[in-house]
Amino acid sequence: MTATATLVAPKAPRSVRRAPAGSKRSTGVVVGFVALLLIGLMLAPVVFIILGGFRSNAEITVDPSGFPTTWNWQNYADVLASPTFWGQVGNSAIAAVATTVFVVALGMMAAYALSRYRFRGRGAVFALFTAGLMFPMTVAITPLYILVRNLGLMNSLAGVIVPQIAFALPLTIIILSPFLAAIPRELQEAASIDGLGRLGFFWRMVLPLAVPAVVTVGILAFVNSWNSYMLPLFILNNEAAYTLPLGTQAFASQYSVDTARVLAFTSLSMIPALLFFSVFERRIVGGLTGAVKG
Amino acid sequence: MATQLATSATGAGSRRRAGGGAPPPPGAGGPPARRRLENWRIRGELAILLGPALVVFVSFVILPVALAAYYGFYKWSGFGAPVDFVGLRNYTTILTDPAFHEALGHNAFIVIGSLVLQGPLALGLALLLNRKMRAQSLIRVLIFVPYVISEVVVGLGWGLMLQSGGALNGALERIGLGSLRADWISDPALAIWTLLVIITWKYIGFAVILFLAGLQGIPEELSDAAAIDGASYWQIQRHIVLPLMGPTIRIWAFLSIIGSLQLFDLVWIIWGQYVASTAGTSTMATYMVANGRNAGSFGYGSAVAVVMFLISLAVALIYQRFVLRRDTAGALTGGTP
Repeated sequence: MTATATLVAPKAPRSVRRAPAGSKRSTGVVVGFVALLLIGLMLAPVVFIILGGFRSNAEITVDPSGFPTTWNWQNYADVLASPTFWGQVGNSAIAAVATTVFVVALGMMAAYALSRYRFRGRGAVFALFTAGLMFPMTVAITPLYILVRNLGLMNSLAGVIVPQIAFALPLTIIILSPFLAAIPRELQEAASIDGLGRLGFFWRMVLPLAVPAVVTVGILAFVNSWNSYMLPLFILNNEAAYTLPLGTQAFASQYSVDTARVLAFTSLSMIPALLFFSVFERRIVGGLTGAVKG
Repeated sequence: MATQLATSATGAGSRRRAGGGAPPPPGAGGPPARRRLENWRIRGELAILLGPALVVFVSFVILPVALAAYYGFYKWSGFGAPVDFVGLRNYTTILTDPAFHEALGHNAFIVIGSLVLQGPLALGLALLLNRKMRAQSLIRVLIFVPYVISEVVVGLGWGLMLQSGGALNGALERIGLGSLRADWISDPALAIWTLLVIITWKYIGFAVILFLAGLQGIPEELSDAAAIDGASYWQIQRHIVLPLMGPTIRIWAFLSIIGSLQLFDLVWIIWGQYVASTAGTSTMATYMVANGRNAGSFGYGSAVAVVMFLISLAVALIYQRFVLRRDTAGALTGGTP
C-alpha cells in the first residue's frame, strides 16, 4: 500500500477513474433518480402530517390522500395560541436542556479520567459503563418507577431528568473517551512545562479541543430527551407536568375526531428536534468517526 | 459482549494512546513523601472526575436492574416492602404463558427483519451519500428526518395514514389499485409487517449515520490505488470498503438487535395495550408493562424485565461468539493497513 502511494503521482488516480466520461454521466443520472425516490419515500409520511394540518376535517374524510384545496391556517394558529402546547414545550425544553448539560459535564469528566489517567480498576470502570449499553431503559423501568416514587419525584421533571442522565452516560463516555485519548501527550507536557496542572489542562486545553465530540454527544442527549416516551409515561401522570410527546398523544386521543388539528399539533411538536439536528448534522457524523472506526 | 464492544469502539483511541498516554506526574521520581502526596492528589482528582458519573449511573441504571432481580421473586403490588415471597413462580408463569411466547416470537421477527431490511438498504444509502453529488448535505438531512422525530409523532402520523379510511388506502384508490386496500393496522396477517416497515423507515437513518461515519474513516488512497489497478467501482466497494466497514457494521447490528428486543414505544403508541395483542404486534416490553405496572403486579413485571434482560444477554453472548469466530478467521477485520 505504502509502496503504491509513493510510486504513483498523487493526481494520477483521479484522472484514471474519470476516464469513461459517458458511463459516469449515466450512472450519475441513475444515482440521482434513486436518491430522489428514496427521499420521496422517506418524506411522504412527514409531508402527510404537515399538509394535513392545513386541511379541514371534512376534506380529510372525503379525500384522505389529497393536497389542501384551500390552505387553512386556523389549525396551526389554534395550537400556537394554546397555553397547554407552550407549557409542554417548556417542560420538554427544561428536561432536554438539563439532561444535556449534565450528561455532557459528567460524561466529559468521567471520560477524561478514564482516558488520561492510569489507575487500578480503570478497565473495570470502563467496562461497567460499557455494560450500560446492555441495560436499556426498558429492562429497568419497573424498579426505576418505584425508585423515583420513593424519592418523591413523581410528576416532577427531576424524576425524568436524573434517570435520563444516567442512561445517556454510557454512550457519551464511549464516544468521548477515544477523542480525549487522542490528544497528544506532547501537548500536555508543553502545558505542564508552562505550569498548567492536570485539571488546568482539562479546562484550558481539553475542553476546547473536544468541542466536536461534545457537540455530537450533546445533540444525541438533547434529541433523545426531547423524544423520550417510556420514562415520562411512567413518571408523569399529571397533565401539567407532561412533556411534548405525552402531550401530543393526550391531545390526539382527546381530539381524535379533529384529525386536522391533531396533525397540526403533531407537526409543530417535531420542529425543535428537526431544527436542532439539521443545524448540526455534519458535526454528528464527524464526531462519531473517531468512535466507530475499528 | 460489553468488553468486545469497548475494544472495538475505542480501538482507534487505544492505538494512538500507546504513544500518547498521560505524562508521568510531575512529582514522580522525587522524594517518597512528595510522591505519596502526589498519589493522594491523583486519587482526589479521580474522585472528583469520576465520582458524580459513577454515583448517578450506579444508582439509576445498575441498582434498578438489581432491584428487578430481587422484586422478581415476590408477588408485590408496589406498596410497602415486598413480603410475599413466591420463589420462581413468576418465572414459571411467564415461561408457560402463551401470550409471552407470542410476544417473544414478534420480537424475534423484528430482530431478523430489521437486520435483513435495514442493513443492506442503509449500506447502499451510505455509499450513495458518501459520493460527491449536488445538494449532498440537504439529502443527508432529509434521510435523517424520520430518525430525529419522536416515536409519538411517527406513531400518530403513520397510524392516521394507515387506518382503514386513511391516506394510504385513499392513494391506492386514486391510482387505480383500490383492490389493494387493506386494514394495515388491525389485520393480524398484516400488522406485524406494517410494524416492520415503520421501524425500517424510522431507524434506517441511524444505521446510515453510523455507516457514513465508518466510511469517512476509510482512507481514500485505498480506493484510489485499487482504481489504478483497474478495479471497478463495485469491485472497490465489495473488496475494499465493505471489509473495512466490518467493525462498524458489527456495532450497528449489535445495537439494532438489542433495540429490537426492547421495542416498546411504537407498538404502544400505534396499537396500545389491547390491540397489540389481538393484532399480533405485542412485544416482550409491551407484555411487561401490560402485565406489570398496568396490572399492579410489580413483582411480575420485574420478573418479565429479568427474562428480557437474560434473553438480551444470551443473544449478546452468542453474537460475541459469532463475531469472535469471524475475528479469529480474519474474514472481516483487515484493520487499517
